[in-house]
Amino acid sequence: MAAFALKINGQTRQVDVDPNTPLLWAIRDGAGLMGTKYGCGVAQCGACTVYVDGQTVRSCSLPVSAVGNSEVTTIEGLDSKEAKAVQAAWVALDVPQCGYCQSGQIMSATALLNLNPAPTDRDIDLAMNGNICRCATYVRIRAAIHGAAKTLEG
Amino acid sequence: MTLFKQSMLALAAGTLAAGLLAFVAPGFQADAATDTAVNAAKLQPVSAFAKIKSKNERSVALFQEVGKVIQSPRCMNCHPATERPTQTDRMRPHIPLVVRGEGGVGAAGGLACSTCHHEANFDAANVPGNPKWALAPAEMAWQGKTLGQICVQIKDKQRNGGKDMAALVHHMAEDELVGWGWNPGGNRTPAPGTQKQFGELFKAWADSGAVCPKG
Ligand code: FES
Ligand code: FES
Repeated sequence: MAAFALKINGQTRQVDVDPNTPLLWAIRDGAGLMGTKYGCGVAQCGACTVYVDGQTVRSCSLPVSAVGNSEVTTIEGLDSKEAKAVQAAWVALDVPQCGYCQSGQIMSATALLNLNPAPTDRDIDLAMNGNICRCATYVRIRAAIHGAAKTLEG
Repeated sequence: MTLFKQSMLALAAGTLAAGLLAFVAPGFQADAATDTAVNAAKLQPVSAFAKIKSKNERSVALFQEVGKVIQSPRCMNCHPATERPTQTDRMRPHIPLVVRGEGGVGAAGGLACSTCHHEANFDAANVPGNPKWALAPAEMAWQGKTLGQICVQIKDKQRNGGKDMAALVHHMAEDELVGWGWNPGGNRTPAPGTQKQFGELFKAWADSGAVCPKG
């Protein structure tokens, strides 16, 4: 075990875990933030998506020892204008079914709109295909991303 | 929230996590079953080629030995014919779908390599990593080509990043991401031999006139 001071959502959180622990478990078990989900543990489903210094990262794929001083953002800390537009579009279209994958979906969708304010269907597919949804809400996800992009246009 | 509600939610979440895992696991398990950590193919030392008297023939034979590395899945996977890399010894398309993008690090706004691949291999998640993780540029595509075609391509400054022979030797013998091919982590099959042997063979090929195999 080793002590790590993780910067998560603007706060410093002390976690005492094995250095090889995936960031996902440091966030969930160490910092007690449950919005980030475990789906596969092998970087295949996207449920655990967070930002590390603003870049989307599958938190199951990164050992906590590699995080260092980087700023981690989880779904609980998401408050950009893109995030608000995504959230509103998600509600308007009733995107989630069970909801399990949705924090990862929203993290990826928000990151996409940050980098590409007017994504095409292909842009959306390329950005979102790593986020698996067992309830197959993909059609609504795509529509909601287009909807959020429209509201961001102003 | 009542205890009953809480436990029902926990149960539902657990079932869904298992469901997601079941959904993605088949490919993952298949990889684990087919990959092994050692490569049975070995590289012959440069000295083994001294007996070939014709310089041209020796040069071609040296490149054929170099080709054992170049054409191994470990190296070919990141020199794809399309914009999508391949994975495993079977060289199946990368899951999830990722594309080369600008600089070989993924589509802009899409799935960057660094979403999953970090500074080092992380076996706990079965994800390989290296600080220079990236796809080879399109003009350096190797998949679907003969060894002779790859050889001509490697020597062509228009398609090799403007490298002269000295820079090519350095790249093969010293480059960090090339070197990862012998240290892929997990149960991935490494490239044959060692990077040192590979670099020596490549240099010997360059010194012998860098003759390419026909075809
Ligand atoms: S839990 Fe990290 S990608 Fe599935
Ligand atoms: S909403 Fe159920 S897994 Fe996506």
